Amino acid sequence: MKITVNGEAVETAAGTLAALLEELGQGEARVATAVNEDFVPMGAREARTLAPGDRVEIVSPRQGG
Amino acid sequence: MPNFYGTEIASRLMLGTAQYPSPAILAEAFRRSGAGIATVSVRREAGGERAGEAFWALVQELGVALLPNTAGCHSVREAVTTAQMARELFDTRWIKLEVIGHADTLQPDPFGLVEAARILVGEGFEVFPYCTEDLVLCERLVEAGCRVLMPWGAPIGTGLGLNNIYGLRSLRAHFPELPLVIDAGLGLPSQAAQAIEMGYDAVLLNTAVARAGDPAMMAEGFARAVEAGALAHAADPMEPRDMAAPSTPVLGKAFL
Repeated sequence: MKITVNGEAVETAAGTLAALLEELGQGEARVATAVNEDFVPMGAREARTLAPGDRVEIVSPRQGG
Repeated sequence: MPNFYGTEIASRLMLGTAQYPSPAILAEAFRRSGAGIATVSVRREAGGERAGEAFWALVQELGVALLPNTAGCHSVREAVTTAQMARELFDTRWIKLEVIGHADTLQPDPFGLVEAARILVGEGFEVFPYCTEDLVLCERLVEAGCRVLMPWGAPIGTGLGLNNIYGLRSLRAHFPELPLVIDAGLGLPSQAAQAIEMGYDAVLLNTAVARAGDPAMMAEGFARAVEAGALAHAADPMEPRDMAAPSTPVLGKAFL
């Protein structure tokens, strides 16, 4: 199915947010996630199923002022 | 020294982590600044770069408290979701809340700011709102549960200093007990000293240090300025007056 990850179109077979992170090599990374503008805590990624058209955001610590 | 939500910080300087020429210069600037708090952000992780891991390791070594921001957020929902992600990433309840209302001046959206602050306080966050010096806005933020206020000195990145001295002085007088931080707009150590002399608890800056020709030297300049400002404030400065008053005794001057 087609979803959007960090603003880019992605074709994925992952059924859950946790599976998507594994697929992207971010399974163990220090990242935080949101789907369709809602925060999804780390502990809820397994249960968060993905549907076509979902917009996933994956962020990590970065420089800020 | 400032106390934010029950945490005493050993410096009146808070420093951003963006725009430094290199990670080594960032670390050196922090060392010479003596800053007790570093502001950080969350951004999209691109591909397999793991840039976030490297930055996380860098800030861990600074040995300072971390204050994540919601920089660049223009809506309440964006700011709230960003804050939630930042809390998980940085393992802190502190959030520098930015809800930007105007693209050119980066002026805070006061209406969105109060709404977002109320939501986040309800979720257990300890909110540091980036606000203007408007007294009514600041009243509302305190009502929403903010126990720190961070009015701008001037628009972010301008280096113009304290644009509204009267407003900032009124704010200090209106909230004598609340920790107040000048956030944004400072370009020179003298401006930071001025803020602390007025009784502000701390200053938060980034561009003034990171974009200086020698960031580490400028960081030390700011460190000394806030110390000078604090001494001056504690020492109870003289009142300015319009007419000259000789400091050398008039009595005993030779008749020539």
